[in-house]
Amino acid sequence: MRSGVMTPTALESLVLLLRDRGYRVVGPQVRDGTIVYDELASTAALPRGWRDVQAPGRAGLERRDDDALFGYAVGASGWKRELFPPRQRLWEAVSDGDASFHVVEAPEPDQPLAFLGVRPCELAAIGIQDRVFLHGLAEDRVYAGHRRGLLLVAVECHAPAATCFCTSIGTGPGLDVDADGVRAAGSAAHATTPAPAVPDLVLTELLDGEHRLLVRAATDEGDDLLAALEHREATTGDLAARAATLEAAQAAIDRHLEVDGLHDLLLGNLAHPRWDDVAARCLACTNCTLVCPTCFCSTTEDTTDLTGEHAYHERRWDSCFTLEFTHTGPASVRTSTRSRYRQWLTHKLATWVDQFDTTGCVGCGRCIAWCPVGIDLTEEVAAIRATDGREVTA
Amino acid sequence: MTVAPELPVSDLLTSRPYVVSTVRQQTHDIVTIDVRPEGEPIAFVPGQFDMVYVYGTGEAAISASSDPATPELLSHTIRAVGGVTQALNELQPGATIGIRGPYGRGWPLAAAEGRDLVIVAGGIGLAPVRPAILAALAQRERFSRIALLVGARSPRDLVFRDDLDRWTADRRIDVHVTVDSAVRGWSGRVGVVTTLIPRVPFDPEHATVLTCGPETMMWFTGEALRKRGVDPAQVYVTLERNMKCAVGTCGHCQLGPVFLCRDGPVFAWPEVADLLGEREL
Ligand SMILES: Cc1cc2nc3c(=O)[nH]c(=O)nc-3n(C[C@H](O)[C@H](O)[C@H](O)COP(=O)(O)OP(=O)(O)OC[C@H]3O[C@@H](n4cnc5c(N)ncnc54)[C@H](O)[C@@H]3O)c2cc1C
Ligand code: SF4
Ligand code: SF4
Ligand code: FES
Repeated sequence: MRSGVMTPTALESLVLLLRDRGYRVVGPQVRDGTIVYDELASTAALPRGWRDVQAPGRAGLERRDDDALFGYAVGASGWKRELFPPRQRLWEAVSDGDASFHVVEAPEPDQPLAFLGVRPCELAAIGIQDRVFLHGLAEDRVYAGHRRGLLLVAVECHAPAATCFCTSIGTGPGLDVDADGVRAAGSAAHATTPAPAVPDLVLTELLDGEHRLLVRAATDEGDDLLAALEHREATTGDLAARAATLEAAQAAIDRHLEVDGLHDLLLGNLAHPRWDDVAARCLACTNCTLVCPTCFCSTTEDTTDLTGEHAYHERRWDSCFTLEFTHTGPASVRTSTRSRYRQWLTHKLATWVDQFDTTGCVGCGRCIAWCPVGIDLTEEVAAIRATDGREVTA
Repeated sequence: MTVAPELPVSDLLTSRPYVVSTVRQQTHDIVTIDVRPEGEPIAFVPGQFDMVYVYGTGEAAISASSDPATPELLSHTIRAVGGVTQALNELQPGATIGIRGPYGRGWPLAAAEGRDLVIVAGGIGLAPVRPAILAALAQRERFSRIALLVGARSPRDLVFRDDLDRWTADRRIDVHVTVDSAVRGWSGRVGVVTTLIPRVPFDPEHATVLTCGPETMMWFTGEALRKRGVDPAQVYVTLERNMKCAVGTCGHCQLGPVFLCRDGPVFAWPEVADLLGEREL
């Protein structure tokens, strides 16, 4: 596989090339004071010179003193929006009169997607949702439709936010590419570390001296793209610069979630008083589930058009934080906020492993930053760990 | 465990239209709706369920209640409790409904072979076990005793009365019916269904039990069976939770690590006892 170094200008050629090849290119850009991922017409829209400032209950942007294109950590809401859109039609029933109807499946998307600027933890999140939607009982048509032909241009992190903890999970901040495939770099993998979705190209933004991008191809498509782009061979200096960048990123991450024994710790502490404590703060606003790149829960909605001739069966994001979520028979199963926060955290970090053989958290920190009251899952877990209520059995 | 025949993917995700052939009123709020599939009939295993769709209103998880030996006549028995189920109760023959399925793990009839088969049903809970009863009777020689214990709130809440009459007259199955509160004219037994458990003749050490009803009823049934000496691992329950997708992707039916739609809805009691014992899980 090819690798090399290109200028920020050559990145523009990549966007044009992808658009030329029929892709809808999606990438980071600044909107309403945050970074979002949306259709990208040109690299001019990238968040040049911005860094994100994230802290519990706080997400904002700040000017950098350089022209970094990828000088932030992660966008407000992930790539999930594209592959598993907030609202999706699954099928529609078309009336044939006389109380009879036929069913039409939603059309497959007509344009392949290309994501530019996918972080290592985000590749892991896509890998997790692949397990849910592609490798379950039935391949999900909508997800598979967007996922098929998806082209991924990953970018290693050089500016992690204070909320990041990929190093605890084993999902970032870098990516190693070799003959065996692609793996997270800069952190150790655990038994529950999710495998990343395979990127086609991996970029590393180098800011020492000349502003440049180290590019490594990881698939044939990536190799083919790189062949069409202007680049030069990488020098040992470039590689050393990447290593230093990665090391600095790794060192900048100080949030920690101890994953050792986490599954049993949480499931063995379902009666822990900390659940009451966090429930007293949690607003059950659903923000954490909406920004989380792995949360997959949905509900369905049925509507008819004005003529009554079309009945739409649509799916939209749902959250385990709502009361209606567990509505069964006369009442809901999870009526208290305590039980709903407990469901969220235990699912994410424990039962997810039972269900999908991987943790449901990639350490992106979004739920911490976007929680209006700053609830931090790493802190909640630490509190439970500090006062582990399990009976010690010899 | 019994597993459904594999279906093409879109059959699991997309509803297909079926014309309603008969609507039978079971009680004031329960109907049985029969459809006759035009193409390939949907084969199912007793205990499996379908997502039944009403045009423009939505879907509900409903167990198949017909004879699995005749998939060309598929029935669902539905109690009106809300939007979709009320609309299903108001359907007329000739109307079209959507069905996708079947889903889930059914009753372990094979595991009960050579043993006493005891079936305990509360209220509309008779519907999901009816296919198992019919399948067991069709291969009667495979089981030792077959006992059916049915409970309902009142005589007017009993479903499948024709079947109950027929089975009561059928010496191959031992039928016991009880109601929580009697009305004038009821000469049968009065009391909750669990009160039948100590009295019905079966060999607790060689019995497999299928139970279906409200969760509390299944708890008390499990307790009464344990007292009688039945191994909890031989007690099977079918669970209900909110369900939207039926294929393990909407997250609604989770009970701890379990997706009811995919891993159930039928479970051996020890598989779920601890999970059900945890409040608000
Ligand atoms: C595996 C399985 C098998 C079932 N088999 C039958 C059957 O054979 N006959 C029958 O009458 N009913 C059965 N039910 C219950 C049936 O699915 C609900 O009564 C129905 O979904 C209620 O929908 P609704 O729109 O009429 O009610 P609403 O109250 O308007 O529904 C509101 C929401 O609550 C959900 N909901 C309400 N009650 C239940 C419930 N008890 N279980 C799950 N979700 C619920 C609905 O999905 C809906 O999203 C079964 C449920 C499951 C999970
Ligand atoms: S749980 Fe929080 S930190 Fe983990 S992947 Fe979801 S949003 Fe990111
Ligand atoms: S149950 Fe909650 S935590 Fe789990 S995927 Fe659904 S919304 Fe996310
Ligand atoms: S009903 Fe959707 S996950 Fe079970």
